[in-house]
Amino acid sequence: MIMKLAIAGLLATTVMAAGPAQAETLRLLTWGSYAPDELVKKFEAANPDITVEVTFSNNEEMIAKLRATGGAGFDLAQPSHDRIYAVQQEYNIYKPLDLSKINVDAMQAKLLDGVKANTTIDGEVYAVPHQWGTSGLMANKTSAPDVKAWGDLCDPQYKGKTSMRLKRTILLGMAFDMGEDPFAAYADLDKYQTILDKVADKLISCKDNLKAYWKGGDDLSAMMMSGEIVASETWDSTAYKLHGENQDIVFVPPKTGALAWIDTFAIPRKGEADDAAYKWINFVLEPENVKIMSASTGAIAAVEGGKDLLPDDKKAAVNASFTDDDINNLKFFANIPAGVEDMEGKTLEKIKAATGSE
Amino acid sequence: MMQNDIKRLSLFLLFAPFALWIILLIVLPHLGMFYISLQEKVGPRVYEFGLANYINFFNEPIYWNTLIRTGSMSMLVTVLALLLGFPIAYYIAKIAGNRTRGALFLMCLIPLWVSDLIRAFGWILLLRETGIISSSLQWAGLINTPIEFLYNDAAVIMGLVYTVILFMIVPLVSTLDGMDNSMIEAGYNLGGNGPTVLRRIIIPYAMPGIVSGCIVVFMLTAGSYLTPILLGGKNSSWFTEQIYDQFITRYNWESGAAFGFLLLAFTSLVIWGGLKLSGQTLNSTVARS
Repeated sequence: MIMKLAIAGLLATTVMAAGPAQAETLRLLTWGSYAPDELVKKFEAANPDITVEVTFSNNEEMIAKLRATGGAGFDLAQPSHDRIYAVQQEYNIYKPLDLSKINVDAMQAKLLDGVKANTTIDGEVYAVPHQWGTSGLMANKTSAPDVKAWGDLCDPQYKGKTSMRLKRTILLGMAFDMGEDPFAAYADLDKYQTILDKVADKLISCKDNLKAYWKGGDDLSAMMMSGEIVASETWDSTAYKLHGENQDIVFVPPKTGALAWIDTFAIPRKGEADDAAYKWINFVLEPENVKIMSASTGAIAAVEGGKDLLPDDKKAAVNASFTDDDINNLKFFANIPAGVEDMEGKTLEKIKAATGSE
Repeated sequence: MMQNDIKRLSLFLLFAPFALWIILLIVLPHLGMFYISLQEKVGPRVYEFGLANYINFFNEPIYWNTLIRTGSMSMLVTVLALLLGFPIAYYIAKIAGNRTRGALFLMCLIPLWVSDLIRAFGWILLLRETGIISSSLQWAGLINTPIEFLYNDAAVIMGLVYTVILFMIVPLVSTLDGMDNSMIEAGYNLGGNGPTVLRRIIIPYAMPGIVSGCIVVFMLTAGSYLTPILLGGKNSSWFTEQIYDQFITRYNWESGAAFGFLLLAFTSLVIWGGLKLSGQTLNSTVARS
């Protein structure tokens, strides 16, 4: 009986695999929530010959996966804009985009130009923008009303009640907070190292003030919602989500400027379904699809009027957090030159290993 | 003649899956990693052959401190797992009746049906400041302010012991099971008391099980990633985390591969030392149970 079932199952899978002969698969490598089911189904309904396979990941893992195969295994990837240039020069894992196949007119001109400027190598463009958002601070208005700057996470009045993620974002934020411009120092790595050393000292002395380093949106949310912490470094979308559940929790753009990232579309060098990839890019940029996407991600699409396409609750949260001045004050992540990851990684290790006063 | 060929062929076919497994999944990847670990990066897409990655490890106290920390905490976990696991195994193998034995064994197995990740989250729910333990202590009036049990080394050790203890219990039960009860009786009849019987008869008999349990538990602990990351605090570095960071965050596969080999060499060395100290060999322990 079991044998029969197994054979039937085997046959069924073979038949299914052999079925639609010219079917194309679009293998998407992207962030969690960047490919909501609703949108995937809609895309497959509109393009019956394409099946979408989604792998969720993050910047570092996307690059590691593509590097392992020399850019094979996926047809479309979505790294952030600062992770294209040096990575491409070092590992050659992307292929140039054919902009004539992308509906670039739908994209917000400023963001498009910014990403193009960041990702052009030898005259070829390697990425176009998809969505953008920021990293900044999150605070509980009632218990931590004075949190306005990155450095306030180290304020002794919140001892044991703040958190941050031990990644490069906090290094950069703290550098700005100390009056430095880390992005300008990318051109002079010796200078950047002295900035990093200063930041490391600051963060090591700050360690005692923190409850724990958060590792993902889930543990950050749990600590914030339970009131175990009152302020933290955060992604804006996480703060917006929590704002929906507790109106006291708000996103605070630090006074030195929130750090802005743009997630892009890039095609891996050995991608096998370029046309399907271009179709997906143009598809998710259509206004009604942007709405579905933004509701899922909480990030703002890089299209004209992207903010208005956010769902109402998220739009309210954005308006509650950002003034026009804050928007003008955004610091977009600069291209990471080769070697900087290693310097930053060493600094982060030093901070993690320092026993501080505990 | 024909008979012989068939015999040889069937032997070959029996051996083939094992050989393929070892060569394709163990030997080849390790050779590849070893090759990568000997590459020095001198510029974009330019590499040289050398030992720089290994030298870096010894020049940077953060790295070898973390390795020693990981090693010593793993040993502590192994000892705790043995101390907790031995009475349980003894009860299951010697004291419990035939019917309860199966049930008890099953109860030890059940936690393994859930993934590591879920179990770690279970601990988080219990231990966090607003978690179950802290709030019930408050409710009982034993403490006034919430206490944070999570994010420290004790939480990591407890979580690890919980995860690996089964791998200590199983080999212990199977060795103790083979022990004749009359040996214990004889010990008592000859005037031995509880501790003497334990020390002179039971432990020596169970030694192969103890050693193989310790080897498995130590290897699993030193190589674990999720539990130390999720339960650990601000200062809880674990060596596997360093390897992950080298590979993923720093794009430095060369040094990550070198770290991987150093971890392998370190754990092998510890186990070799343990075997020498206990007077056992791999053949008499892991291969037997």
